[in-house]
Amino acid sequence: MTKQKLNNARRSPFAAILVILAGLLISGGGYAVASDAIDTTSVSATSQETVDAGKKLFLANCASCHGSNAEGGNMGPSLIGVGAASVDFQVGTGRMPAQASGPQVMKKPVQFTEEQTAQLAAYVASLSPGPSIPSEEWVGEAALASGDTSKGGELFRINCAMCHNAVGAGGALTDGKFAPRLEGVEAKHIYEAMVIGPQNMPVFNDSNLTPEDKRDIISYLKYVEANPSAGGEELGGLGPVAEGLFVWIFVLGGIVVITIWLGAKSN
Amino acid sequence: MSDKSKSLAKAEDAEHDYSAGLAVIAPDAVKDPGMEPHRVRMTDKSEAHEKRAARQVAALFLFSIVSSAFALYAYFAFPIVEGSNASVRDNTLLLGLGAAFGMLAIGIGAVHWAKTLMPDAEVSEARHQTRGSEETRARAIEIIDLANKESGFSRRKLIRRSLYGALAFFPLPGILVFADLGPNPGDSLKHTMWKKGTRLTRDPDGKPIKASDVTIGSVFHVIPEGLAELEHHKLEEKAKAAVLLVRVDPSILKESEERKDWSYDGIVAYSKICTHVGCPVALYEQQTHHLLCPCHQSTFDLTDACKVIFGPASRPLPQLPIAVDAEGYLVAQDDFNEPVGPSFWERSVNE
Repeated sequence: MTKQKLNNARRSPFAAILVILAGLLISGGGYAVASDAIDTTSVSATSQETVDAGKKLFLANCASCHGSNAEGGNMGPSLIGVGAASVDFQVGTGRMPAQASGPQVMKKPVQFTEEQTAQLAAYVASLSPGPSIPSEEWVGEAALASGDTSKGGELFRINCAMCHNAVGAGGALTDGKFAPRLEGVEAKHIYEAMVIGPQNMPVFNDSNLTPEDKRDIISYLKYVEANPSAGGEELGGLGPVAEGLFVWIFVLGGIVVITIWLGAKSN
Repeated sequence: MSDKSKSLAKAEDAEHDYSAGLAVIAPDAVKDPGMEPHRVRMTDKSEAHEKRAARQVAALFLFSIVSSAFALYAYFAFPIVEGSNASVRDNTLLLGLGAAFGMLAIGIGAVHWAKTLMPDAEVSEARHQTRGSEETRARAIEIIDLANKESGFSRRKLIRRSLYGALAFFPLPGILVFADLGPNPGDSLKHTMWKKGTRLTRDPDGKPIKASDVTIGSVFHVIPEGLAELEHHKLEEKAKAAVLLVRVDPSILKESEERKDWSYDGIVAYSKICTHVGCPVALYEQQTHHLLCPCHQSTFDLTDACKVIFGPASRPLPQLPIAVDAEGYLVAQDDFNEPVGPSFWERSVNE
């Protein structure tokens, strides 16, 4: 092939497509190999390897806001001392990495595998001691089944219900912030949220709500989730506002329609 | 309109002669537009429509029968099972729906019947004069006189006066029960259970709180020591004494000179009772340090003596002065220095 011919071939419309295809195959294939490699790496919770892997993930995904040594910056707070529980909550519920700044960082599809989340948590926990991820003793299924739901309900109403609603349906705060709905949230994430106080939620440390208290609260929430309202449709569980709106619009509207029909002449 | 109804509408007789009394009659008053022209219904014009309307009415009545029968069926088919709330819901809901539609369909059928098939001539009937005829009035007086004579109401003084007495006394018990609206609260609205040295304890179990337990960003829902063990008026006392305990970075607290020693190393305690209408203000935003009342969105700035920054509340939340005792537990220095909660008439008296 002469140089002239090669140049012509480069200009052919198919050349661009071929180059893009080749690029996709190489990067995609490379990623597949790489993620295979991650999947097959066995890691224990505290090994130096895990911490190193976590640091790599951190530098690639988190450091732009939180600083390359997790010291914090204009865009994100310092993560020194927030502990593994905080990382597991923020990353495990998809809140981190944050997509955009706003009144509140939103829950979204989780961006990392469980293993990667654990590596990130191990890295952040290695920086300075902080709250750790709760053990199965408090958030496992057996633990929740043994929890005292009625005590949990009382504690929930005293400590949590003003923001999260009496059945955990969530509620509004100021300036676009809100307390999220708790239905379907994993037990360990609820536990972690109480320990770390993410975003505008206050902290409920172990001398305020003991681990037993926290377990009871989660048992209560799981009980409410599993036992639908005996009163029928809950209308979001939001209480008098939603119920009143329904009555005003549909029931009163129905009465108005009937009244108009009663007064109308037959044709 | 038929001739008959026309004549009824225009009927005027001597009885309908109204006095204008004190009313000012406008000379250019709106004229009575009279009856609007009568529209002939389809069911009067076409036999097919009439038959269809008759079938609709019958169908509604049949639907009523089906609904009532369904209510009977539902009572047995969805029995109330001991311990199952869902069974109570299903039973009452379906029974109620059946009975409701059974009744509603009769009503709709009757209205539909009347509107489509019964005669629709418009008739106006003038009101009767309220004053009876002279003859009727004379007869009424005659009857009253006779009753007076026969009962002896005027003649028998003893009976008449004792009856007056009885009538005067019988409403008294009804008036007396209004005493239960009292007694006046006195100064109980101005004092709570907090005293010098009362420990701050956790709601609901009454466990005392150490200053070291309250980490930065923590919120404790607090009741005074001894409240959990009260046997009488527990809720009344709690409604006055409930406190929210928060620890923030001491450097962000803006404290006035006289309140400098009311907090302890960034730990502040404020009444949880909103100064607007008394809802519990307990929505604490850890990053903005705003306290939000869930009822009417009054917002208080915790770092600035809980002054109102939004909403209908007019006063800051009262602050509870706190200190630490020899064992490290948080205690109150004194009661609140102002009445907690919403305004009341005598609030400013003797302050």
